[in-house]
Amino acid sequence: MEAIQALKNQDHSGRRQLKDKLFFYGIIVLSLVTISPIILIISKLVVEGYRQISLDFLIQTTPDTFEAMTAVSNGEKIPGGIANGIVGTLLMVVLASAMAIPIGILTGIFLYENQGKFMANLTRNISDILQGIPSIVLGLISYLWVVKHVTSGFSALAGSVSLAIMMLPMIVRSTEETLKMIPQTLKEAALALGVPYHKVILRVLVPTGFSGLLTGILLGISRILGETAPLLLTALGSSVISLDITKPTSAIPLLIWEFYNDPNMVDLIWSSSLLLMAIVLILNIVSKQIAAKRK
Amino acid sequence: MTNSIAEVKKPILSIKDLSIAYDKHYAVKNVSVEIKKNTVTAIMGPSGCGKSTLLRALNRMHELYENITTEGEALLNGQNIYDISPIKLRRHMGMVFQRPNPFPTMSIYDNVIAGYKLNGIRTKKKERDEIVERSLRDVALWDEVKDSLYKKGTFLSGGQQQRLCIARALAFSPEVILMDEPTSALDPIATSKVEDLLVKLKENYTIVLVTHNMSQAARISDYSLFMYLGELVEYGKTKNMFTNPIDPRTEEYLTGKFG
Ligand SMILES: Nc1ncnc2c1ncn2[C@@H]1O[C@H](COP(=O)(O)OP(=O)(O)O)[C@@H](O)[C@H]1O
Ligand SMILES: [Mg+2]
Repeated sequence: MEAIQALKNQDHSGRRQLKDKLFFYGIIVLSLVTISPIILIISKLVVEGYRQISLDFLIQTTPDTFEAMTAVSNGEKIPGGIANGIVGTLLMVVLASAMAIPIGILTGIFLYENQGKFMANLTRNISDILQGIPSIVLGLISYLWVVKHVTSGFSALAGSVSLAIMMLPMIVRSTEETLKMIPQTLKEAALALGVPYHKVILRVLVPTGFSGLLTGILLGISRILGETAPLLLTALGSSVISLDITKPTSAIPLLIWEFYNDPNMVDLIWSSSLLLMAIVLILNIVSKQIAAKRK
Repeated sequence: MTNSIAEVKKPILSIKDLSIAYDKHYAVKNVSVEIKKNTVTAIMGPSGCGKSTLLRALNRMHELYENITTEGEALLNGQNIYDISPIKLRRHMGMVFQRPNPFPTMSIYDNVIAGYKLNGIRTKKKERDEIVERSLRDVALWDEVKDSLYKKGTFLSGGQQQRLCIARALAFSPEVILMDEPTSALDPIATSKVEDLLVKLKENYTIVLVTHNMSQAARISDYSLFMYLGELVEYGKTKNMFTNPIDPRTEEYLTGKFG
């Protein structure tokens, strides 16, 4: 009893309070370090980019360098917009999703169904390796497969293939993880109603895990939206709006790269980046919301 | 086992020398028993004695596990269940689980009709409405949910969810309903509602109920099986088994010496 009393009376409170304070301020400093880049980035994009944002920016194609130069030297807004990039990005994201989502979900179901089996483990490992392959390499592969042999030239299809390979492992993973979180009892409930196995998966497990699958898909899309390197080797870029998947096409990140290389177009870098950033941010927030709702 | 012989009700299920092993470890050993039509039959025994395994073997849900071996046979109305496809069999044998498991993406209405919907069985809207109403009335849930049929089933209380799951099993008008400790996750009031329900349901259905609650077996079952270490130790009218058990192990279990 006395010993406890003695311990209680020992006065460490001063030192402890100091420690607590240091810890507290340390955390604040570290969080500031973490969030400051994003604040700096967003403010820079908004400050530099908002002037170019207008309806024209969304529906007109890119100006040529001469038009831009004239506008800049007169102190005017650069005419035209990035509609060719927006359409190209949309086209390739839709194509890539059309390839990656069905294959990714089916593979994820296969992994979920075959836990611990050799083929499943092998597939899972390969999928993980795929996730680690640098995107420029995927661009090269798609160049060899599609640009050289399928479309005989740079094309939206080639761009989509490289993006699809990039998206695939993310969808495989999220599908498997989502299915694993669904209680076994639900599967049993459906099987006990005499529902054949494949229908249990397609009509019970997939709908139940729908928001999880959607989250994975949205994150996958936001991941490929900003990819530039593989597109340089595959889609190449184009100054016109094109929906032909066998022809070269532009994309928002490709345009940012082109603007960067043209001293007259500097202003467009910021507005294009602002748009891209806004889309990615919205996709991220939406998928976080969906994920939070499931809990 | 003598006290069952006098009974003349015809068996709907005849289990003959049924043994089930997981990886060569026998969980059910040579069980032979006849389940009579329009009765509640309770399967009792200490945990791990093979009650769930036996129950799940009756609608072949045990085949979900790997490395399972099944020996012997079980006849549903004289036909070996291992000769029927599990899919067809399960439409004749409804199952209710320990924890209520309504489909979370579906409304109350869709949960009841789920067996038809998921199997792609086409029915007219009027027919579906009738099935839903009849099944919900059968489980005494109709008055409680008739104004919220299109709300998610998961919004109901635990007891209501379990009755919804029973309604889902009834929608196919199965001959037998298999229940694995259906009240063990429910509070006493919800439990007594489900028990009342089972007594009523046996007019039209045959119920096989796994329970480790002896007083529940005594309250609602007509026949009881007592299992121990995978073996069927004793089978007979519940009344007789509780008042005058034949096997010493049954007596020990019923008097609470183990379990
Ligand atoms: N999926 C399984 N794989 C291997 N062994 C199992 C499995 N399920 C049950 N068992 C074993 O079978 C025996 C009977 O289990 P079970 O039928 O669940 O008993 P009860 O329902 O009476 O508690 C136990 O020894 C248990 O460990
Ligand atoms: Mg059990």
